[in-house]
Amino acid sequence: MSGFLSLLKRDLTLAVREGAALGTALGFYLVVVAMLPLGLGPDLKLLSRIAPGILWIALLLAALLSLPRLLEADHEDGSLEVMATAPLPLELAVAAKALAHWISTGIPLALAAPVLGLMLNLDIALAPALIATMLAGTPAISFLGSIGAALTLKARRGGLLIALLVLPLYIPTLIFGISALGFAGLGQDGFAASFLILSAISVASVAAAPIAAAAALRLQMS
Amino acid sequence: MQSLTQRLANPTRFMELSRTVLPWVAAGAALFIATAMYLVFFVAPPDYQQGETVKIMYIHVPSAWLAMMGYSIVAISSFGLLVFRHPLADVSAKAAAPIGAAFTLAALITGSLWGKPMWGTYWVWDARLTSMLILFFLYLGLIALRSSLEDESLAGKLTAVLALVGVAILPVIKFSVDWWNTLHQPSTGFTSTVDPSMRTPLLIAAVGFTLLFVALHLKAMQTEIVRRRVKTMRLAQVERDERLFSAGAE
Repeated sequence: MSGFLSLLKRDLTLAVREGAALGTALGFYLVVVAMLPLGLGPDLKLLSRIAPGILWIALLLAALLSLPRLLEADHEDGSLEVMATAPLPLELAVAAKALAHWISTGIPLALAAPVLGLMLNLDIALAPALIATMLAGTPAISFLGSIGAALTLKARRGGLLIALLVLPLYIPTLIFGISALGFAGLGQDGFAASFLILSAISVASVAAAPIAAAAALRLQMS
Repeated sequence: MQSLTQRLANPTRFMELSRTVLPWVAAGAALFIATAMYLVFFVAPPDYQQGETVKIMYIHVPSAWLAMMGYSIVAISSFGLLVFRHPLADVSAKAAAPIGAAFTLAALITGSLWGKPMWGTYWVWDARLTSMLILFFLYLGLIALRSSLEDESLAGKLTAVLALVGVAILPVIKFSVDWWNTLHQPSTGFTSTVDPSMRTPLLIAAVGFTLLFVALHLKAMQTEIVRRRVKTMRLAQVERDERLFSAGAE
């Protein structure tokens, strides 16, 4: 377990000291959210109706942008090979890296969402529900994304490919994230059901995705 | 006593067997599809509501079924590659993916052509249409991942991992899309009973297109095996030439 924690700490420290990755993701999030009203027109009623969808999709895209960095740097300088031969199972090493990605990218993006929601005339009473669903959904994004990052490690045009591979896997997260917000917006009691399914998807991804990602990494190491 | 899959592990034996089987399968496909088309255009009655457009069904339904069968073949082959390291599993997975993708696209296109006169629109975000579209994306992901890796053996194994991840997540996607759809609009409701005058040609068409899939799959596997042999021979040739060249230089 100490190996897991030290790897997590190392990745978080790297994320904090580099800083640029998080800044890029947040900047991208802001730009996408700002571009959509320019394309759709400034009708505030329309914007407030579609705000949850815009915020979720922009969050997916921003997280997607940061995914290639999840394993790439460690692959380039060879530390991934060291991790593969270390006593810590590779599955746990991948899990630590995905968890670090969630803490360093998923959480900040989720926390930024209500602020961007103000630009879209999102009802401010929805902010707690928005943050809650995004915090519950983003682990799935980081962990499923680690599969895509592992598969495209040696691929040409990896960045474009990862979007094609990973976005279909995000569909359940997107659907239940939006439906939970829909229920919260209407004041109906379906929120709990959608929110629990969303959490279940995240928990299942946390449990299963590192196995697939580690399998993909092992195939490329040998 | 070897099982059939073990016997087929030898590519030469597979080539021999498939060469014998392929003409029969292909002829069967042609026969069944021709019969089905004859029945469809000259015997089967037009639907009392849909008129002649119902004939699209005889292509659409088999395509949709083969889209799913294709993914099952890719998934089973991927499992065979990763777990049993069956030498032909990768060939089978590689050959099945584009064929499955083509049938998925055929199902989507025929469905949308059928939707225009019936529903008044080429596309509705119905649960079935959406999950079919996502299946198509998964196929595209498999093909793109394979083509983006130089090392063919690694490409095969990584694509197999992706295919198995897809199998694990397909039911979740299907479930979530159904949930999403029922939230917004009532189910389109497919007619539960089909009259025998239409069911018989549909069954014949389904058998015919399945045989067509098998024939295309066998042919694609043969082509792939031959391509790999040619590649190995070319590499051997280059190596031999180099050795001769360096020997001549000394």
